[in-house]
Amino acid sequence: MRSVVPVLTVISAIMALWYIAAVPMNAPWAYDKAKRAGVELSLNDLVADTWSQEKPKLPAPHQVGIEIWETTVQKNITSKRSLIYHSWITLSATLLGFGLGTVLGIMLAVGIVYNRVMDMSVMPWVIASQTIPILALAPMIIVVLNAIGISGLLPKAIISMYLSFFPVVVGMVKGLRSPEVMQLDQMHTWHASPSQTFWKLRLPASMPYLFTSLKVAMAASLVGAIVGELPTGAIAGLGARLLAGSYYGQTIQIWSALIMAAALAAVMVALIGLIQRIVLKRMGMAI
Amino acid sequence: MAAAVDLRLVLVLAIWVGGWIVNGLIAQRSAWNWGGYVIPLIFGITLLAMWEVGERMFEISDVLLPAPSEIAARFWLSRDILWVDFVQTVLKGALSGFVLGCGSAFVLAVVIDRFPFLQLGLLPVGNFVAALPIVGMAPILVMWFGFDWQSKAAVVVVMVFFPMLVNTVQGLQSTDAMQRDLMRTYASSYWQTLLKLRLPAAMPFIFNGLKIASTLALIGAIVAEFFGSPIRGMGFRISTSVGQLALDLVWAEIVVAAIAGSAFYGGIALLERVVTFWHPSQRGRT
Repeated sequence: MRSVVPVLTVISAIMALWYIAAVPMNAPWAYDKAKRAGVELSLNDLVADTWSQEKPKLPAPHQVGIEIWETTVQKNITSKRSLIYHSWITLSATLLGFGLGTVLGIMLAVGIVYNRVMDMSVMPWVIASQTIPILALAPMIIVVLNAIGISGLLPKAIISMYLSFFPVVVGMVKGLRSPEVMQLDQMHTWHASPSQTFWKLRLPASMPYLFTSLKVAMAASLVGAIVGELPTGAIAGLGARLLAGSYYGQTIQIWSALIMAAALAAVMVALIGLIQRIVLKRMGMAI
Repeated sequence: MAAAVDLRLVLVLAIWVGGWIVNGLIAQRSAWNWGGYVIPLIFGITLLAMWEVGERMFEISDVLLPAPSEIAARFWLSRDILWVDFVQTVLKGALSGFVLGCGSAFVLAVVIDRFPFLQLGLLPVGNFVAALPIVGMAPILVMWFGFDWQSKAAVVVVMVFFPMLVNTVQGLQSTDAMQRDLMRTYASSYWQTLLKLRLPAAMPFIFNGLKIASTLALIGAIVAEFFGSPIRGMGFRISTSVGQLALDLVWAEIVVAAIAGSAFYGGIALLERVVTFWHPSQRGRT
């Protein structure tokens, strides 16, 4: 708790910097308008104008706040202009991809730990798979899946899965191998079968590693879902809001979608952290 | 018809099983040192062979999925285009952003490290920002810095900055009290302690940050090109080629990206081995 004051100081410093930066960023446009109207701008007028423009280069924090308030609380959830609606579109793809990626990652990790051939052949390719910029694949995945007749949620979820399975594989391989030789020998002396060793020793031991990588995977899935909405020409979702905003220069809309995505990521990661604390406490491995 | 499909499927599966058996034999017999290189290679060749045979047997349209041989041919024919795109995206966009972003994050980490107040305040914020979908900043930065590579470099700087910062700060704290006390008994100054003890000790963490940043850099540069770019660059080429259904060129770009990404990551891993030869994770390797 001793870090509350420093954190608040840093956040207010960032806010102050943001307000200050908004003035020079938006000043050219303010001067332009004043010139055409034939008025002289005083410093007060300049600041007031730069913090309240229609399409500012850098919107002031309160403008973004108002926009978020208007598009979340004051709109119907079903409305196409509601940010909640767009967030849900993105979140559903994120969660599906996250689920698929977690299952795939755990299965691969179990195979890698229990099968030497798999360990030697698959692991290098798992690492190499992440050097392919998935975003390059995104438009193609959409085209190919559309040709087979799959569209909508699944293509985005596949991109999310591709990004989220990797941290889970790496974390789980580490976790399943974390029991020490002495513990494994103990299981051996009890004449435990491989499956018993897995369920009673390796899997419980891997839990802390699993939760750590789940947090990374969740953040990665969200990025995957947002990016999956870019090249597809999607009309809904946070990624689509970003793209539409950048086409029409609606900077306030871009920033509000960004802040929303940030809040979404923070909430999801915090949720996993909460589950982690409860589970590890129940297992007697409290952090 | 059904029988024909079955036969083709059997052939594709036979390639898979064959590769698996060869790998199994090598894994049993070989010492790790050469098996470690050959086995993944055989696995990769198996996948490529399955792809090639499957594509030809099932007569999948090139628009959906070109065969590896077609991609290789396209790669050779358009190598000048691919080179121009590579220079624009990887060298100008990703690499300059990577150097700037990691360099400034490193400097800030050393500064933060001196002031406990900043540490307490900035680290939680940095950790929070590192988990955000920063790629979303791309349209804004393209608006600010124009369409050329400068905006791509800016996106990369913002993307790599926080993971690098958090890792470096963590690394600088990784010495234990005993080691720092020893430096005190040598009457070493702050800078001497930093250069001779804490920076070397932080190296594994710093390289971890650099590795994460290297994959992020390429992704950031390519995604930023979806929001506007001059008429060259990998992201530009991919989005326009998909529109023209020239998927062989798209795949050729992906191959370039994969090679560039692997080389980038591999180069950093190699450097890490040289610099942190003393670290337990580097032992026992040949």
